[in-house]
Amino acid sequence: MTFARTLVSAAALLLSAGAVWAEDANPAVIFDLGGKFDRSFNQASFEGAERFKEETGIGYREFELQSDAQREQALRRFAQQGYDPVVVAGFSNASAMETVAAEFPDTRFVLIDAVVDLPNVRSVVFSEHEGSYLVGMLAAMASKTGKVGFVGGMDIPLIRKFACGYVQGVKAVNPDAEVFQNMTGSTGAAWNDPVRGGELAKSQIDRGADVIYHAAGGTGIGVLQAAADAGVLGIGVDSNQDYLHPGNMLTSMLKRVDNAVYDAMMDVQNGDWSTGVEVMGLAQDGVGYSVDEFNEALITEEMLTTTDQARTEIISGEIEVHDYMSDDSCPAS
Amino acid sequence: MELEILLQIAGSSLRLATPLLLACLAGLYSERAGIFDIGLEGKMLAAAFMAGAVAAVTGSAWVGLLAGIAASMVLSLIHGLASITLKGNQLISGVAINFLASGLTALVGQNWFHQGGQTPQLTAGGRFLALELPLTETLAPIPVIGPIYQHLISGHNILVYLALAAVPATWWVLFRTRFGLRLRAVGENPGAVDTAGISVVRLRYAAVLICGLLCGIAGAYLSTGMAAGFVREMTAGKGFIALAALIFAKWRPWPALGACLLFGFLEAIGIRYQGITIGSIVIPVQFMQALPYILTVVILAGFVGKAVPPKAGGRPYVKER
Repeated sequence: MTFARTLVSAAALLLSAGAVWAEDANPAVIFDLGGKFDRSFNQASFEGAERFKEETGIGYREFELQSDAQREQALRRFAQQGYDPVVVAGFSNASAMETVAAEFPDTRFVLIDAVVDLPNVRSVVFSEHEGSYLVGMLAAMASKTGKVGFVGGMDIPLIRKFACGYVQGVKAVNPDAEVFQNMTGSTGAAWNDPVRGGELAKSQIDRGADVIYHAAGGTGIGVLQAAADAGVLGIGVDSNQDYLHPGNMLTSMLKRVDNAVYDAMMDVQNGDWSTGVEVMGLAQDGVGYSVDEFNEALITEEMLTTTDQARTEIISGEIEVHDYMSDDSCPAS
Repeated sequence: MELEILLQIAGSSLRLATPLLLACLAGLYSERAGIFDIGLEGKMLAAAFMAGAVAAVTGSAWVGLLAGIAASMVLSLIHGLASITLKGNQLISGVAINFLASGLTALVGQNWFHQGGQTPQLTAGGRFLALELPLTETLAPIPVIGPIYQHLISGHNILVYLALAAVPATWWVLFRTRFGLRLRAVGENPGAVDTAGISVVRLRYAAVLICGLLCGIAGAYLSTGMAAGFVREMTAGKGFIALAALIFAKWRPWPALGACLLFGFLEAIGIRYQGITIGSIVIPVQFMQALPYILTVVILAGFVGKAVPPKAGGRPYVKER
């Protein structure tokens, strides 16, 4: 035990010494529940950190949360050990961030998906409702039954925001379309339950849904699998997931968490650090949808024109997509 | 239309009940022989991992199934060694197996595949796909029977049918064979069995190994039947629900089927009906999701009556003192 402690403190000393010499960024990343390799949200932040490492040669420390209780602990430990910036992605980290960021005013923190108003915190939020609106339009255009589905992970306002944008997009194309919405659960385990996700998707497919969009992290793997098994279309989220089931993936709603992580680390490295709230919407290419070799056969010219048109109109403000989190309600269902 | 919805829910219940049923029968063999087994969860988890891992590497679901069964049986042997040979506390051994499986699967998975304890996504050959039973097309136009055949009887993977077949098989083994009689006797009065010149130790090991076999199938079903690969903690408490079902069924095979189907049904309802409105009252999602657990408590507390476990359950057999 003592030996281990000596080792750890020696390592910490070494690291802090390095920081003093080089003035380099010394980043740490915390991955949310669902795991680093969820092929979705967390994997996107992992890829951002990897990109930084590749370009600068500076490594980073990482931690995968296993339970809600670890949120504060993990943040505090990285701050104590002198990591800077400390990046954490995930809506549920806001309250932990509020506590810890106040305790370490000299450490720079980055919070993705939620807002904490402190002088040393950069909060990055995405306009998921806008991206979801566009994939909703694609879903409605691709659907033959006029019924589409949505499977969310944990039942939190952020995921409702995805759902709400999606429904609005679907209804914009086909006002009579029916949208089935399901949430996987109300605890963190809902991010990593592909068995339940698959069963939720099956239940929607049984009811006639032929395009299913998920915003459920690792649970979504099961959703997309069930869609592919049944021969209907799935829509991925956060990362580009089109490669998972070529031919059965309509598109993926891209949320550039990787850019947010990469930018934060780069800004610290280059001395361009800024705090406050950063909104990454369609205009900033923070959200969007994927078209690549895996799904180009599924998306027609006409579908592209329509969504591109809507994209321009959302950016210019002609179409206003309602944000669920602005008033905790959704006008469409 | 109404019939169709009912059948879809029934089909979903059946799929969700399958892992519970296999684990429940596994526990039944073990506990009937006087070995309590809290480690169902851990054995399922280990099996799910090995099945997923081996199926991913070999591309064969069947090889994966065998590997899953092997992993589960190894844990069973550890349980047997601790509680039969070494006469240790069976509950503690079971808990230890759960922890062991939870930690080992994540560790070994990370070491093998470097994907945070997951196994790679399985391709079609590495999975047990839904079977379309013969005659589905022929029967489809017939009202009532056609849809029942199509949605409820056909369209599941082979492990579902295997689990259902395991119920009468278990009943037959336990109540119609000499082995079954001895197995039940060893759980009630091992002294009498020993006096008759039959090895208590060998019988109990046999029961524990059968338990491992069934848990192995249950685990493989999760990772190669329901999902397409292993993820950490993918059993999500199913082993414990199976234990509850076992008590609910009072350690009998046919009621075990009923209990597991009931739990599967409750889960299917929770999945299908989220946020239903009755009149002007919206029933929250959280309530629907908690419903299976609430009913578990209610059923276990109120409706089971007295559930008497096998008399010698939990006590190691000591020959002479």
